[in-house]
Amino acid sequence: MSSGIEQVRSLADQAYKYGFTTEIEAEAAPKGLNEDIIRFISAKKGEPEWLLEWRLKAYRLWLTQEEPVWPRLHHAPIDYQDSYYYSAPKRKDGPKSLDEVDPKLLETYEKLGVPLQERARLAGVAVDAVFDSVSVATTYREKLKEHGIIFTSMSEAVREHPELVRKYLGSVVPYSDNYFATLNTAVFTDGSFVYVPPGVRCPMELSTYFRINAEKTGQFERTLIIADKGAYVSYLEGCTAPMRDENQLHAAVVELVALDDAEIKYSTVQNWYPGDAEGKGGIYNFVTKRGACRGRASRISWTQVETGSAITWKYPSCILQGDDSVGEFYSVAITSNYQQADTGTKMIHIGRNTRSRIISKGISAGHADNTYRGLVRVQPKADGARNFTQCDSLLIGDLCGAHTTPYIESRNPTARVEHEASTSKISEDQLFYVRQRGLSEEEAVSLIVNGFCREVLQQLPMEFAVEAQKLVAISLEGSVG
Amino acid sequence: MTTMSGPNEGTGSRDGAGAPLLAIRDLHATVAGREILKGIDIVVPAGEVHVVMGPNGAGKSTLSYVLAGRDGYEPTQGEVVYQGQDLLAMKTEERARAGIFLAFQSPVEIPGVTGVNFLKTAVNAQRRARGESELDAMQFLKLARRKAKELDVGEEMLRRSVNSGFSGGEKKRYEALQMTLLEPRLMILDETDSGLDFDALKTVAQAVNGMRSPDRSILMITHHQRLLDLIAPDCIHVLIDGRIVSTGDRSLAHELEKSGYAQFAGQAA
Repeated sequence: MSSGIEQVRSLADQAYKYGFTTEIEAEAAPKGLNEDIIRFISAKKGEPEWLLEWRLKAYRLWLTQEEPVWPRLHHAPIDYQDSYYYSAPKRKDGPKSLDEVDPKLLETYEKLGVPLQERARLAGVAVDAVFDSVSVATTYREKLKEHGIIFTSMSEAVREHPELVRKYLGSVVPYSDNYFATLNTAVFTDGSFVYVPPGVRCPMELSTYFRINAEKTGQFERTLIIADKGAYVSYLEGCTAPMRDENQLHAAVVELVALDDAEIKYSTVQNWYPGDAEGKGGIYNFVTKRGACRGRASRISWTQVETGSAITWKYPSCILQGDDSVGEFYSVAITSNYQQADTGTKMIHIGRNTRSRIISKGISAGHADNTYRGLVRVQPKADGARNFTQCDSLLIGDLCGAHTTPYIESRNPTARVEHEASTSKISEDQLFYVRQRGLSEEEAVSLIVNGFCREVLQQLPMEFAVEAQKLVAISLEGSVG
Repeated sequence: MTTMSGPNEGTGSRDGAGAPLLAIRDLHATVAGREILKGIDIVVPAGEVHVVMGPNGAGKSTLSYVLAGRDGYEPTQGEVVYQGQDLLAMKTEERARAGIFLAFQSPVEIPGVTGVNFLKTAVNAQRRARGESELDAMQFLKLARRKAKELDVGEEMLRRSVNSGFSGGEKKRYEALQMTLLEPRLMILDETDSGLDFDALKTVAQAVNGMRSPDRSILMITHHQRLLDLIAPDCIHVLIDGRIVSTGDRSLAHELEKSGYAQFAGQAA
C-alpha cells in the first residue's frame, strides 16, 4: 500500500472534486410523497402486485412513525414533501449495451473515476452504477454469468429473478424496522442485487457507484446480496453527489444474507457532499445496513470509510444466527467543519460460539461531532460467544467532539465481551517530528491520521485502499493550522 | 577569563576551513515567555564537527529546537544564516528540505505508520522539494534494507510502527537510519548519546562518521564525553545559562571532564 502523501499533493486545492452536476434530461415524478407516487414508481418499474403492496404497507406504517431522536445529531426538520422521489435519466428504450448509454452519463462516471468500460476488466472490478434513482449499466455481467453469479440492478432482479427477491427482500431489514428503512421500503427506486451460487468464489470485486445528480432528489436505493452455501463475494460501494446548497436525503437499505460457510465482505467508501465550511448544504445520510449470518460458520465483514455527508446515521450490523459465525465491523469516520456522524454497529450473538470484532476509528476536526454507538448483544443460547471492541477517537483542534456510546447486553454467562476505548489528539511532538523530516503540516496530519486508521484501511480491497487514503487526506485539508 | 577563548572570539572557524555552513549570531530565544537563549554565537564551517556541551537546563535542547524551527521556541533577537539563507524565516519543513536534520533525544511514536512507509514518505518529500524523481516502493525498499543492514537495524523495525515499543537503543538506531537515508547537510544530534548502551552508541557513531564529508557539518549536543571519543570533534562550545561561555578545541572537553562546569559559573551570570 503506498502512502497517501503523494496523492495529497496532486489533489491539493480540490476541496470537493465531485461537486459538478451533469446536464441530463431527467424524467421525474412530481415532487412530494403519497400513495400515487409510490404506485407511479412501482408501475414505472413494472413491479408485481406483491411488491407494490409491500411498499404501500410500509408507507402507511411510516406515516405513523416518528424520526428517531436518540442520535447525537442536530438538523432542521426534513420536509419530505419537498423532494422528488423518482428521477431517471431520460431515454427511449433501455440500453442494451454500454454503447447505448447516454455518453454524458458515461462522461460523468469517467470524471468520478468509475472504471465503467474496458478499464473495469483491468481493474478486475464489475460496476453497477446508480445515477439518481435508476441503475444505468452493469458491467461484466456476462463474465459473472459464466460462474452462475447474478449481478444486476434491483429493478431487473425483480423482473428476472422474482423468486430470489421475494424470498430474501426484507428478510434481514423488515419493512417496519425503523423510520428511514420504512421510508426506503415505500419509495426505493433501485440498487444492486447479487446472488452467488453454492460453492462459488466470486472471481472479481463487485462494485456499485452511487451518484445523486438531480436537484432536490432523494436517493433511496436498496441493495440485496446473497451468498449461498460456501460462496464468497467482496463488494464495494462508492458514493458522491454534486455540491448543492440545500440538503439532500439519502436513505438506503442494504441487506446481506450469508448461508452455511459463506462469506461476504462489504466495503463502503462514502464521500457524499459534506456541505461547505460553514455547514451549508450536504447530504443527510440515513442508512440501514444489516447482514444475517444465517448459516453455520458464515462470515460477514463490514468495512466503511465515511468521509462525506453533512449527517451520517448508520450502523452496519450482523445478526450472528448460525453457530460459529463471525461478524466484523471496521470503520473510519472522519468529520470536519460542521459535519456530524453518529455511527457504529450492532452485533447480535444468537448462535453458539459466534464471534464478533469491532474496530472503530473516529476522527473529528473543526466544529464536527463524531459519535460511536455500538450494541453487542449476547442471547441466552449463544454459549461461548466472544466479542472484542476497540474504539479510538482522534481529535484535531479543540472545537470538535468525540463520543463513545457502547451498549453491552449479555444474557449468557459463558460469553466474553471486551471493550477498549481511547481518545487522543495529534500531538505537537508528532507534528514537529514529521515536519522535521520534510513533510508539510497537512502532509504530516495526513500521514498520522492514515496511521491511526491503518487497521481499518488495510481491510479494504487493494485498489480502493489508495483512494480511501487520498480521501482521508482531502477530508482534513484546511483543518490544521 | 580562563585560558580558553571567550564567548565572542574563536567561533570555530580555523585556518583553511571553508565558508560557514551555519552562522548563529547573538541568538536570543524564549520559551513560554521566558528567555532561555541569551545571546548564542556559533559558526560551523562546512565539513566540521562542533559540539555544544553544558549542564542540564543550560538551553542545549532549546538551541536545537530553535534551529529546527519548532513552534513555541521563539527567536527574539539575533540571526541564523544557513547556506547563505535566513534560517529563522523558513518553516520547519523547509529547513528539513534544505538539509537540516535533527536527531531527537526522545523520538515520538507514530502509531500505525510503518517504519518503512515513514522513511519513504520523508525521502520522497525531500526529493520532490529538490526537483528529483521520487523513488518507487521497490527501489526504496532495496535501499532501506541495505542501509538498515549497515546500521544493524533489524528488518522487523521497518515493518513496525515508527518508534512504537522501540527500546532507547532501537529509537536511536532508527534516527541514525533516517539520517543516512535523508543525507542531510547539517546534522544536529540532540543528546543522542543519552541512555545508550555502548553497542548502540557505536552504531550511531558509525553512522555519523560514515557521513562525514567536506560539505557536511555536524552540531552535536551532549553533556557526555563518551560520544566525543568515537566522533572526533573539531570544536567545542560550552553553553551555560543561555550563553556560549567558551569555545575551543578538543582539549576543552577534557578540561571539562576534569574540572566540570563550575569554573564557568561566574561568567554566565
